[in-house]
Amino acid sequence: MKEIVIISGKGGTGKTTLTAALASLWKNNITADCDVDAADMHLLLNPTVLETHDFFSGVVPEIDAELCTACGLCVESCAFGAISPDIVINRIDCEGCTVCHHVCPVDAVALRERHCGFWYRSDTRFGPLVHAELGIAEENSGKLVTLIKKEAKALAQSVNAETVLVDGSPGIGCPVISSLSGADLVVVVTEPTVSGVHDMDRVLQLAAHFRVPAGVAINKADLNEEASRRIEEKTAAAGAVPLGRIPYDQVFTRAMVDRKTIIEFDRGEAAAAVAGISEAIRSLVRTTED
Amino acid sequence: MIIAVASGKGGTGKTTVAANLAKTLTDRRVTLIDCDVEEPNCHLFINPAPVQTEPHTVYVPSVDKTACTACGACSTLCQFKAIITIKDSTLVFPELCHSCRGCEIVCPENAISEGSRETGQIHRGESDHITLVWGSLRIGEAMAVPLISSVLERGTAFGRERTVIIDAPPGTSCPVIEAVKGADFTVLVTEPTPFGLHDLKLAAGMTRKLSLPMGVVINRSTSGDRGVHDFCRDEAIPVLLEIPDDRRIAEAYSNGILMVDALPEYREQFRSLLETITRKAAGR
Ligand code: SF4
Ligand code: SF4
Repeated sequence: MKEIVIISGKGGTGKTTLTAALASLWKNNITADCDVDAADMHLLLNPTVLETHDFFSGVVPEIDAELCTACGLCVESCAFGAISPDIVINRIDCEGCTVCHHVCPVDAVALRERHCGFWYRSDTRFGPLVHAELGIAEENSGKLVTLIKKEAKALAQSVNAETVLVDGSPGIGCPVISSLSGADLVVVVTEPTVSGVHDMDRVLQLAAHFRVPAGVAINKADLNEEASRRIEEKTAAAGAVPLGRIPYDQVFTRAMVDRKTIIEFDRGEAAAAVAGISEAIRSLVRTTED
Repeated sequence: MIIAVASGKGGTGKTTVAANLAKTLTDRRVTLIDCDVEEPNCHLFINPAPVQTEPHTVYVPSVDKTACTACGACSTLCQFKAIITIKDSTLVFPELCHSCRGCEIVCPENAISEGSRETGQIHRGESDHITLVWGSLRIGEAMAVPLISSVLERGTAFGRERTVIIDAPPGTSCPVIEAVKGADFTVLVTEPTPFGLHDLKLAAGMTRKLSLPMGVVINRSTSGDRGVHDFCRDEAIPVLLEIPDDRRIAEAYSNGILMVDALPEYREQFRSLLETITRKAAGR
């Protein structure tokens, strides 16, 4: 079983669109939506949720007003300024470090498990989907990504799936690092813009840092021929594999509005380009070690 | 006045809106803060020179081996498995540390003192009337929030008379909250697609949770469907500006050129966007 992570560095380059297309083209795979901060895969795959699970991570302190003598020790000790002078905990700022619990001389600070969201096991027209919903203003997206990947992998093993397709997050921080851990291949989707080039550079460095082989697909390639060429040069220089080009085409937006993958929606050049990239990824996967 | 530009979904045009707004404010000095430390992009459009760079460090505990009795109080407290006592010594895993200083507080032997570690860099540079402050997270570094806080602190240090525009990271989790929570007004940038709508709902929910006044900019407004428009109407969120789906804008962007420079016809629109925001921010 191989795990392929699709990321982009810059947001909005077509990561989810490509992942959904791969899910529709490939047989015998599990899809995992690890963009937990803005999980959109379900909008295209329209899943039937089979199981809903709570996601708890870390702790959140609770102050017992009866016991509290308002000595202010917790306020002073909290490195995150999460306790106001009148001893109210701001859940958004709280990192759950438990320092307040430890310093309280009258044991007025209790610790509760922190409910951060939900994760789901679902079925779709293209096979199983493991996805999640992080509560608004919640933390620990990295831990949720790790959990989803673990569940997707376990499911893949139990049904003997060939691949786990992971839709990752934008950026290079905590959730992205979590999504790269244990991956066999990373597919970077970028676009020929100054920011696309800049962000792809950083993402390829990240992949190299974690020693995950990488391939690069260029979306909206005809928008800027020169920048597309620069991306291909940088891809080669980074030791990554070029996977192909996707044209700038309104049909992608129309497919999304229709809640279909590009493969289902289009019979033209756009779908053909994506199918070509799918093949390129498939042959690249074959070269990765078991 | 502090204006935060955010969006649930990445790639909707946050940087475009933030940078064009900053460029439009020619009558005063403005600070543009790029808080997307994972993938900072504003400098590619603003081209500041020269650029001053300084390292950004965070607290990590430093253990005095001779004083440590390996009692394990620190590792019992640490919620992040960043300090661990094994047999007769205590090890620190700096990348996991959240800098809460709890281990230092509980150590009965005073064996722990302040150390530091670099998570990235903070940059600052000028271009015309714009001071740009941004951060770049070290590759492989997971912890973005402390760097965002420092970038914000640096960028807002010039006093309240300056207009400050914040380009937030995408999403609705910790890094974004950090970037927008001190703002007077939040501009949510979205696009009229099911993805744009879904992520706008999350971003609007976050902004409500923080009790910040908000408005929406719809990018590529002539493509997609009407879902975003309907949502804004039903939720009484003002639509501040609609930017059409114009290939010329996309091409200028791809070359690192701002809309207001490439296509002067948009200057007036950004000027009135700024007026609307100023009015709404004051009206709270
Ligand atoms: S758990 Fe830590 S961050 Fe949260 S309120 Fe207590 S001291 Fe502050
Ligand atoms: S400062 Fe806090 S997070 Fe860091 S090692 Fe000490 S207890 Fe753990």
